[in-house]
Amino acid sequence: MSNDYTEMWSSLGLNLQAHQGLLGVLSDAYQNIYLSQQGRPEGIKYFDFVISEVHGQRIVEIVKKKMEGKPIIGTFCVYVPEELILAVDGVAVGLCAGADVGTDEAEKYLPRTTCALIKAFMGFKLAGLCPYVESTDLIVGETTCDGKKKAYEILNEVTGKVYVMELPNMKNDESKILWKKEVRKFARKLSEITGIEITLERLKEASSIVNAKRKALQRLSALRSHDPAPISGLDALLINQVSFYDDPVRFTSQVNGLCDELEKRAKAGTGVAPKGTPRVLISGSPMAIPNWKLHAVVEGSGAVVVGEESCVGERNFSTLFDRSFSSVDETIDAIADRYMTINCACFTPNNERLGDIKSMIEKLHAHGLIHYALQFCTPYMVEAYRVRQAINGGRFPFLGIETDYSMEDMGQLKTRIEAFVEMIKEGPHS
Amino acid sequence: MRIGGIDIGSRYIKHVVLDGSRLAETYKVETGYDPLTQCKDLIGATRPDMLVATGYGRHLIANGGGIPTVTEIKAAARGARALFPTCRTIIDIGGQDTKVIQINDEGSVTTFEMNDRCAAGTGKFLEMMARALGFEIENFGASCENNGYEQVTINNLCAVFAESEVITLISKGIRREAIGAALHRSIASRVASLAKRVGVTQDVVFTGGCARNPCLKAMLGERLGQDLLIAPNPDILTAWGAALCAKQPPI
Repeated sequence: MSNDYTEMWSSLGLNLQAHQGLLGVLSDAYQNIYLSQQGRPEGIKYFDFVISEVHGQRIVEIVKKKMEGKPIIGTFCVYVPEELILAVDGVAVGLCAGADVGTDEAEKYLPRTTCALIKAFMGFKLAGLCPYVESTDLIVGETTCDGKKKAYEILNEVTGKVYVMELPNMKNDESKILWKKEVRKFARKLSEITGIEITLERLKEASSIVNAKRKALQRLSALRSHDPAPISGLDALLINQVSFYDDPVRFTSQVNGLCDELEKRAKAGTGVAPKGTPRVLISGSPMAIPNWKLHAVVEGSGAVVVGEESCVGERNFSTLFDRSFSSVDETIDAIADRYMTINCACFTPNNERLGDIKSMIEKLHAHGLIHYALQFCTPYMVEAYRVRQAINGGRFPFLGIETDYSMEDMGQLKTRIEAFVEMIKEGPHS
Repeated sequence: MRIGGIDIGSRYIKHVVLDGSRLAETYKVETGYDPLTQCKDLIGATRPDMLVATGYGRHLIANGGGIPTVTEIKAAARGARALFPTCRTIIDIGGQDTKVIQINDEGSVTTFEMNDRCAAGTGKFLEMMARALGFEIENFGASCENNGYEQVTINNLCAVFAESEVITLISKGIRREAIGAALHRSIASRVASLAKRVGVTQDVVFTGGCARNPCLKAMLGERLGQDLLIAPNPDILTAWGAALCAKQPPI
């Protein structure tokens, strides 16, 4: 990081020494995993910069907005409607949850057998390592999984800022009514804390910003269908991770700029790996920044990751919201409906996710699927079985991984993934 | 042309040299604390024309010397298939991991499972338990097989807790052969359930150092409802498979 942000971090209440250590580790990891890649597109430099300033320049911007009286809304889930946050001039930020930090602190409150993502968001807060969570006015939780909803109770005791949206577990008519009520309630909550009335005009503008962002991410996703892949899975994952932090308008323009370059690459047949390189689709639990573990192993084993059927990935942007309505209520209801199209394993049944995976395999010309479940992330761990059955009756190359953020299983993981890549190379798809 | 395969495992390094298709030389040395030197010594003595590395330590040697690598999964499949053309399932119990591999009619791997993280139910576990009971690992299985003592059960799969359980049983006056049999049963059950998850298609080859253990072979075969095929020298099957991979460019 170029500037000295010590004063800002200190005023946000971060644990300066531990935070410095975290930034050092992050910078080394980024150097080793990202900057060592070959043949990256020019347009990725913006995202390198964003990462180098992830706790610096971006926090300066957020703190500035906060001073201007704009609400900073922290989220952990793609079900939280970003349109509504933008409609009250708010800043939506995905909170830090992707690294093995503050674990000792987190385990004072949580069982050891809690998924790494939950432990991480508790750890980041408790160890004073996340400037985002410290900047927030409201932290929005949701009842997606048991671990999260119980952890939010504790996070609220610690921060006093948690607001939980009740997400139903089924997608029937009654559930949809409940969810609409929850979305309306959230809109009222946002108006209440900001004093801003959500008007049709505001909703239209906010929706168009979010929509443009989703379209840009869809464009990036589609470009990954080319062989040779014009961008690495690691870089595409990074962009998806950054989509939760960055200013949405600037982000969109940068992604579109990168996509222009990728289009040229695709036309010229330029890629990050030779044509014919085994292509892997990853599906499962979200990979919050800086969780790059699986992509790094897959791409270090001679394959390329061509897509993520994940909340940090396709689930975040696959449905647009581009219809216009004549009233605020109607629009908010339609926004609620849009979010119900996200197919998370916390729903039952969740057959639509199986369809999403099949269609991604086809569109992205994937040769194999790696199902990624965080340990103790029961919904995804269990659903792995149905995913495997659904893809070609279990005959499509499939590897189920259960892991966390630690490095203790790297040896095993490398062997399994290398063997999977060998399997793809020998198989009928090669 | 002399083709070498080297399998750098967690406990032992296995090395073979093929002269044409004939298995000419085999070696097995302890991995120890300096596996790279062990490998260099072995290869320095055999000087094969081509070499393929596999096993847990494959990248160690590959990074140093530009030697191609294959995973022990592919290598085990290739070796098992070469020796037993009817093989469709491979169960490999090594020093620190257990693998179950399925191959198709062409011999290509179609699916596999490995134990992750924990080394329970592997060779190292057996070794520790043999030591706790005062058996030599080489005849641990034979000593425990078909004993007429009362049947006891070991509940813990964690090596540390299992050892405490062993000590408790010893202090109760249970014969060590009976305790040993219980340990073998516990591993056999764990491996059998891993195998069933992958799917057990005939014929099944049992390989890795633990395939030398007759008690484990019998118990595992019983749980899977079939006889297991075992190579005359199961330790080197994976190293042999690695050498066979060298013949099929591109690696």
